[in-house]
Amino acid sequence: MDGIFDIYLVEALVNGLLFGGVLALLSLGLNLIFGVVDVIWICYAELVMFGMYTMYWLNGVYEIHILLSALAAIGVVAILGLLVHVLVIAPILGSPPINQLLATGGLLFFFQSVATLMWGIEFKNLGLRLPILEYNEMYFSYARLLAFGVALTGMVALYLFLTRTYIGAAIRAISQDREIMVLMGVDSRKVYWVTALVGGGLAGLASCLLVLQYDVHPFVGITFGPITFIICVLGGLGNMLGGFIGAFILSLIISVGGLYAELEWGYVMAFVFFIVMMFIRPQGLLGNK
Amino acid sequence: MKKFLPYAIGLVMISVPFIGTPQYPLHLMIVILIWSMVYTSWSLMGRFGLVSLGHGAFMTVGAYVTALLWNYGGISPWIGIPASLLTAAALAFIVAYPCFQFRIIGHYFALVTLALSEVVRLIIMATRDYTGGSLGFTPNREGDGTSLYALQFADKETFYLVVLGGWALSLLIWKLVDRSMMRYALDAISEDEESSAAAGIYVTRTKLKITVLSAMMTALGGAFYCQYQMFVAPDVVGGIGISLQIIFAVVVGGIYTWMGPTIGAIITIMMTEIFRNIITDLRTEGIDLAGLDTTVYGLMLVLFIIFLPKGVLGELLDRLAGGRAKKQAPATQPADSG
Repeated sequence: MDGIFDIYLVEALVNGLLFGGVLALLSLGLNLIFGVVDVIWICYAELVMFGMYTMYWLNGVYEIHILLSALAAIGVVAILGLLVHVLVIAPILGSPPINQLLATGGLLFFFQSVATLMWGIEFKNLGLRLPILEYNEMYFSYARLLAFGVALTGMVALYLFLTRTYIGAAIRAISQDREIMVLMGVDSRKVYWVTALVGGGLAGLASCLLVLQYDVHPFVGITFGPITFIICVLGGLGNMLGGFIGAFILSLIISVGGLYAELEWGYVMAFVFFIVMMFIRPQGLLGNK
Repeated sequence: MKKFLPYAIGLVMISVPFIGTPQYPLHLMIVILIWSMVYTSWSLMGRFGLVSLGHGAFMTVGAYVTALLWNYGGISPWIGIPASLLTAAALAFIVAYPCFQFRIIGHYFALVTLALSEVVRLIIMATRDYTGGSLGFTPNREGDGTSLYALQFADKETFYLVVLGGWALSLLIWKLVDRSMMRYALDAISEDEESSAAAGIYVTRTKLKITVLSAMMTALGGAFYCQYQMFVAPDVVGGIGISLQIIFAVVVGGIYTWMGPTIGAIITIMMTEIFRNIITDLRTEGIDLAGLDTTVYGLMLVLFIIFLPKGVLGELLDRLAGGRAKKQAPATQPADSG
């Protein structure tokens, strides 16, 4: 009896860890944008939804090679991200932060309903099922394994971009002090644009991995949007490593919590954990100040 | 003239159900009044920079606690509603007290309350054996549908008066807060918490008071909503969608003004309703434009925040006061006026 129970627990732990990879990737882009532009994109998960639709149409309907479709999806979402910044965020950069948050909230409704208008509310998927790994009577999703690997790679790539390139250095500098860097001759507009592009691109990358595991529909963003925000806050807004750790902690809670009861209880526990953590460490796990 | 205008409007509003108003406009007015009440309750704290994304949670609590007590305990809403208000107050206290104590403000406060609204929605989903989950929940009808004991009225006329009372109550509370010392304290807090504390304001206690008050009024709105529609679902009264919708309507109407939330409710609900009729008409002709309403809605909200952050009423009042206001230095935040 005990033995069987443990297998389930290990399976839940490993699957939780793998699920954390996707969440970490999702939080990476949002954190980057927050760290640099100081705006929370409430509509971030909806950008991911557009990426998933791009994958669905290119790969699922027109049968273009999956890697090409993935590249296209990343491109589409990156450009969308840039548009969000240029058209919505840039005009209100000077207004209270809460207005910026609300403007992206308006975009959330807009994106959801544009998707409904264009593609209807039916659930769609690639019709592609990756095999499931079996090890010692435990089952692991191959798609999650892939997502985990890509998330780690994405994290390393982003780290290299931020530390080894000139524009990366400018991004880090501007996130430390928005006013001074402009005086030092950094073109903050350009830095914001690159950030929005990269942030959007990361959302696109996440969408390619999510579409392998989930059906896409106009409201799919709601299922992982809120959890992404709280991961970023849990890790310390703008702190990418913190977000990464936060993603794994929450995914483990969801996975193990869902093992004992219905899946929603896992999420409830994750959100409650977040609220409690906010009281213990308001600045986030790795946040300073 | 100006003195009697509010009384005249009040009299007209009370007389609406007695002059044979058709059912459909009456229904719209009831819905608008319920939401106006919720929006006004949100703006109680929202106007002081306490932006909560968790009011969907309070509305859900108001609706579900009342309905669950009625269905499973046979407890009349006359006791159920106060119980739901207390539950909402307790919930607000549990989340807000540590928030304020640890100076969680701005973005962080918005996101903590967002988590709260998800927690409540997910709990409703997880306990679907009792609450019906996302399929929603219907309170049991008492007798032929009209019962004061069950606070159920088959005719819209009676319910109109009930929600009119609720709406008037929320406006009254807004005014009372506006005229109290608390308002000055909250204004100061929204500018600078630490200086306010240094000036002798109990920051945590003051913020907590307004939050609990706002949560309870929102819960009352939720309870009315459920009693009127005789149906609730987690996405109809709660979750991130409703929490955002509340803020948007207030922003559209005017966040710093007395009637702003009500104007916001009228604008947003009428718009949704008109679009729904257009979409239904088009569908009979074979054109499916589901989603058009919220597309325009979302776009409009973004435009509002960019170009009209004070809202329709706020902007209007500013324009009316234009001559005087221009001479003085522009205030960062318009003083209230009704």
